[in-house]
Amino acid sequence: MNGLAKLGARALAVMAGWGHATLFFLDLLRVLPQAMRRFGLVITQIHAIGNRSLLIILASGLAVGFVLALQMYYALVTYGAAESLGLVVNLSLVRELGPVVTALLFAGRAGTSLTAEIGLMKAGEQLAAMELMAIDPRARVLAPRFIGGIVSMPLLAILFSAVGILGAWVVAVGLIGIDAGNFWSIQQNKVDIWRDVGNGVAKSAVFGVICTFVALYQGYETQATPEGVAYATTRTVVISSLAVLGMDFILTALMFSTP
Amino acid sequence: MRQFLIDFNRLGIAARGPRAQPAPMPANTALNPDTLIEIDHVSFGYDSSRTILQDVNLHFARGKVTSILGGSGCGKTTLLRLIGGVHAADSGRVVFDGEVIDTRNRAQIYRLRRRLGMLFQFGALFTDLSVFDNVAFPLREMTDLPESLIHDIVLMKLNAVGLRGAASLRISEVSGGMARRIALARAIALDPELIMYDEPFAGLDLISMGVAAKLIRTLNDITGATSLVVSHDVPECMSISDHVILMANQGRIVAQGTPAELMASTDPEVRQFVRGEPDGPVKFHYPAQPMADDFGLGATP
Repeated sequence: MNGLAKLGARALAVMAGWGHATLFFLDLLRVLPQAMRRFGLVITQIHAIGNRSLLIILASGLAVGFVLALQMYYALVTYGAAESLGLVVNLSLVRELGPVVTALLFAGRAGTSLTAEIGLMKAGEQLAAMELMAIDPRARVLAPRFIGGIVSMPLLAILFSAVGILGAWVVAVGLIGIDAGNFWSIQQNKVDIWRDVGNGVAKSAVFGVICTFVALYQGYETQATPEGVAYATTRTVVISSLAVLGMDFILTALMFSTP
Repeated sequence: MRQFLIDFNRLGIAARGPRAQPAPMPANTALNPDTLIEIDHVSFGYDSSRTILQDVNLHFARGKVTSILGGSGCGKTTLLRLIGGVHAADSGRVVFDGEVIDTRNRAQIYRLRRRLGMLFQFGALFTDLSVFDNVAFPLREMTDLPESLIHDIVLMKLNAVGLRGAASLRISEVSGGMARRIALARAIALDPELIMYDEPFAGLDLISMGVAAKLIRTLNDITGATSLVVSHDVPECMSISDHVILMANQGRIVAQGTPAELMASTDPEVRQFVRGEPDGPVKFHYPAQPMADDFGLGATP
């Protein structure tokens, strides 16, 4: 009976946590228009979140493009379909790897940075000071970062995919010797701008909402101690990554269920 | 400094939104015109197992400097947070200028907060902004003043705390005492009616402490604001206060009166605190089991 009570208490605590996070999310949506009035802050955050993540995104995209082209070539050449390499690489990057890997890197680079920043602001009573100045920290601090994350993620994912395709071109055309015209023309013919590229961008926008919200929520609700901030930072990466992978399956099933 | 503050007051800053307009007083709130804040049978705890304030009753006079003295953990800072509407009382009510504070009413809370300024224990300055931008922050966020006027006001406020020359410094470049004075300049940027000081003397050297104390008194006299000082620094508080409240654990009021009355008190608890004696009615040791039990002395094998 005691175990049952503990299980019930645990279930109630989890549900309360979900409810609290939902209310927090709705409150964040409520203050978004106020953030748009401070557009300079939004631009600053796009720079801080997006531009400073650029190096790791571009480097990772290039490496993924290199490896993907080699692996796909080894698989396709067995069946005499090496000329499809450009198409396979493109669809893999645009539909899946671009949005998902960018989101995972984003959670590790920008998400942890956001959580630590907000958590330390809370520990230093900066958020409390704003509250007592009658300035809503959700509108002043969180909302610009939220918009910055949502705007940055699709742009980063597009760049990741573009650099990945260029990396694949270097390997496919430069090293393996596949015809360059074939490499590009099959992509031009078979890749649909809305179905493939559009859905990939839509995915990354959803991941942007998830990763940025998780990072801000963990920072805002952290215990204002060094241990609390460290724990919140770790939780940001774990929760964001799991949420992105889970949501990717759902979105893929919804977007690409028909051939 | 005095002249600068007088000049500033003549500027008459117009804050954005409905500022300084007290809401209609509830019918059951008896308002003494000399009282700005009333703490009426307030109890509060951060969780159900730990009561911080137990049935506290206090009145804070308008236009006066009132110091709340007491040991660490007795609920002084919590009291300030209740007045600021950061937390809701578990029971009782906090009345600000005749208006009962309702923390669920965000519009009311923000309207009341526009009338107060708070100096945090460690300044709570925004570390990504310069000294100038920290003081300008409430002016830019809460008013529609042109940048040229904000520039002048910020420099006047910084001049009032002796730091006009430090306007361009980053927060990482200032000392603890300077940070406290910058925070004070920010707290008074919008000319609040109530200024709350949370441990304004903690960690300051003797010179900075004297400067901070003089500033609090001078600002209060010039602006006509009401000042609440929470501290455990007896000499400084006694030197600047009109009224002193001595608080013990769970917000129990040990004594209150003018500084002279408290200094002359024969109550052992008051005397212990005022003289800083380590032991007396307030025990030095946290309650514990007998020492022999903790060290395993006298235990039979």
